[in-house]
Amino acid sequence: MTVVTTSRVKMTATPITRVLGVLALAATGLMALLGLVVSPADVVQGEAVRMLYLHVPSIWIAYGAFVLTSVSSVLFLRRSKRRADRGRHYDRLAGSAAEVGVVFAGITLITGMLWGKVTWGTYWQWDARLTTTILLFVTYLGYLALRRLPADPMVRSRRAAVMALISFVNVPIVHYSVDWWRTLHQKASLSVGRRPEITGEMYWTLLYSTVAVTIVAAWLIIHRYRVIRLEELRDEEALEALISSRLTKDDGNN
Amino acid sequence: MSTVVKFEKVVAVAGSFPVLTGLDLRVDQGEVVLLRGENGAGKTSFLRTCAGLISVNSGDACVLGFDMRVDRRAPRRYIGLLGHENHLYRDLWVREHVEFRAAAAGAVESDTDAALEKVGVPEQLWTVPIGSLSAGQRRKVAIASLVVGRPRLWLLDEPHATLDTKSRENLDLILGEASASGATIIFASHERPPGNGLASRVITMGGGRVLEDSGAR
Amino acid sequence: MLAETLLVARKDLRVEWRAKVALGQVTPLALLILVVFAFALDANTSLLKLGAGGLYWVAVLYGGTLLIQRSFDVETDDGNMDAFRMSAISAPSLFLGKALALFVQIGLLELVLGLGIAFFYEVRIVDWALLLVAATAGTVAFSVCGVLWGVMSAGLRVRATLLPLLLVPVLTPVLLAGSRAFETALGVRADAGWTWASLMFVIAAVHTAIGLGAFGFLLEEG
Repeated sequence: MTVVTTSRVKMTATPITRVLGVLALAATGLMALLGLVVSPADVVQGEAVRMLYLHVPSIWIAYGAFVLTSVSSVLFLRRSKRRADRGRHYDRLAGSAAEVGVVFAGITLITGMLWGKVTWGTYWQWDARLTTTILLFVTYLGYLALRRLPADPMVRSRRAAVMALISFVNVPIVHYSVDWWRTLHQKASLSVGRRPEITGEMYWTLLYSTVAVTIVAAWLIIHRYRVIRLEELRDEEALEALISSRLTKDDGNN
Repeated sequence: MSTVVKFEKVVAVAGSFPVLTGLDLRVDQGEVVLLRGENGAGKTSFLRTCAGLISVNSGDACVLGFDMRVDRRAPRRYIGLLGHENHLYRDLWVREHVEFRAAAAGAVESDTDAALEKVGVPEQLWTVPIGSLSAGQRRKVAIASLVVGRPRLWLLDEPHATLDTKSRENLDLILGEASASGATIIFASHERPPGNGLASRVITMGGGRVLEDSGAR
Repeated sequence: MLAETLLVARKDLRVEWRAKVALGQVTPLALLILVVFAFALDANTSLLKLGAGGLYWVAVLYGGTLLIQRSFDVETDDGNMDAFRMSAISAPSLFLGKALALFVQIGLLELVLGLGIAFFYEVRIVDWALLLVAATAGTVAFSVCGVLWGVMSAGLRVRATLLPLLLVPVLTPVLLAGSRAFETALGVRADAGWTWASLMFVIAAVHTAIGLGAFGFLLEEG
């Protein structure tokens, strides 16, 4: 990361992210074109199927970012065990991935609810996917709340990392139990959570959308990471200033 | 005589504030050291850093032979820390609490009675919940909890606070006994006159480091 | 390690015995929640009977969270956390000791709540073995998760609201499994009650393993 001093950097952009950003914009534009215009409407669901081009990739990002947060947290814990100040870049990555993840979890829920309104007639069904996603969403919120608490930064990072680790184990358990529960208790009268069979042009559009959304998410994570880094640099400079001002003060006069 | 505490240019940060700013100090076994200084000088932070509760940012810090940058939890079982607070379970009876602390420190539970007698808590209070004691009595129970663990290094933050004259003299006696049997004592105090005769060495702190040391070496 | 664990558990239980918070405040409150459910559901007896399994666990969740909160309030009061950290007792023993004490307290709470649903909701117990095993599994899960997440939010200023926020999503599968297992045990529906009970044990095991490893780490202040 080529970020210099806080006083000189006004933006977190570098040549790589500028290219990535343009790519993301173009990819999204093409995704809109493909999703809204080019790909056909579904036989059963009509135009509503277009919602899935955003909904499905969003779930992927929500869970993918979550995995990224958890893995980063493990690496952070291992690195910081050996030396207290090592491994902070993993902690930053965990935090930025979580923020992007929570946004996409939210998008998943909203698009899912809208899709449900059109296809099922109701905003909510207690199907496995939506239920697990809302629990993931709340877990994310808790994690972000923990990261924001007024406390020693190292303590905060460590607790958040442990939480991410536990959640990494817990979320699959939640997913499995909710899934099993809904399979057992599906009401026969309502075809709940029936996703359409995706083939042909729709399949390729979906695949492409996944790539496009991933590029956007990557761009977001990189920038968020850099902003966190800048915040830390600023805090470090403030600490250095405090230390030197204490050192040059006269005996005990604060 | 082994070195119990050895700090060289220690910088320690708590939260985002540098509480120790390059502290140099050496304390040998058996010494009784008085820490003085204004509020905010770093006395409490120094005691807590010795106890391993605050991590060392830079510099070398060695307590009871353990390198605090490698494992700051290691010396804790040999240390008795008394902070501003008393670390008491308010709902327990006096004796129950001290018994727990004794067992936690690996001491024999019968040491409890001896410790309580030593600090001067009358026997009729032993079965009283700690929450209903006066501040001075609570402080004495806290000291008894320390006594019962027989620590090698005593770190005391304003131990005489809330104690009456007689109890203060008694505490000085206890500390004197501990020192005589090989323990090292570092205590911070605003007392006037400073725990007189008790301390063999007076250190004045300010701005997170040592300003004056009557027994510098 | 066993001796240290029992020492810590005994201390926690003795504190509770003297203060009588669990007995005097939390349990009546949780029992009251069962009554409140009846108001909310318009005293519809058939509905209450159907939902008894789930409502029981919601009440346990509510009371349990309060008990976990209390368990750590005792430790953060008067700087007791520092004494914990300075203690010669190993961190895993502290973890297990507190979990054991919570197990006893939540267990007693559940006993009362069990009587509550028996009397207020007129349930019939069809499978005693499943009921007891499921209740035990759920209690272990609650206790272990409670200590782990309790220490994570301990000593932090907004912990009273943070603890439930962190704890509840983690406990939802326990709630889910417990409710389904109870429904089978109460004859409400034929279900895979024993599988649900095993799931709760799995959750408990996972959290115990993590707790044993991470507790010491989490205790540190900085």
